[in-house]
Amino acid sequence: MATLTHDMLDAAALTAALQRRDCGTVLAFLGTTRDHHDGRRVTQLAYEAYEPMALRELEALEREAREQFEIEACTVSHRLGVVPPAEPSVVVVVASHHRGPAFDACRWIMDELKKRVPIWKKESYAGGGEEWVSGTKLES
Amino acid sequence: MQLNVLFFAQARERAGAASATLTLPDGSCVRDALDALALEYEGLAPLRSHLAVAQNGVLVRAGDALRDGAELALLPPVSGG
Repeated sequence: MATLTHDMLDAAALTAALQRRDCGTVLAFLGTTRDHHDGRRVTQLAYEAYEPMALRELEALEREAREQFEIEACTVSHRLGVVPPAEPSVVVVVASHHRGPAFDACRWIMDELKKRVPIWKKESYAGGGEEWVSGTKLES
Repeated sequence: MQLNVLFFAQARERAGAASATLTLPDGSCVRDALDALALEYEGLAPLRSHLAVAQNGVLVRAGDALRDGAELALLPPVSGG
């Protein structure tokens, strides 16, 4: 189930939720905020979304991943609002019988998320200043 | 027709508002809405070629027809993750 939340993402709970008797793999990917970008020190990132559309797109990614890869379950959770460095902004969890499809599906989900989901992030820098991170134009 | 326009990220900052009501002649298309918004919010003009537009949560193209009462979202290049 896809989630957008302003709360801290609990990767352990999200991972435990997909453990199943028929799966030999539960793969968790955490996208964490970095404290530097192009040589500048980043003090925080702030995320914003067009929430109803973003949630639908995250749900579509989960559905398409289950159709395209031999996986049994997956969840995508994205945090919004201010995220301090080192905290996860996104958590993808994939459960599959064997590990190969889980790795493939996880990479595909993250690549598609960055191209398709209306979410934006803005960096704040030590010493002042802030910038929207350059992104990818949505294609209809 | 009347539209509820939503601005996000750079578009919100450049417009100086998160939302606006836009009135256009019946039969208008997405391009007409962008033309009207660029006139009303000059700061949006440099961003225009980078914007995607969603009508009621679905991406649309410049020539697509607008529906009365629709929610029109201006979406700058995305950077989730």
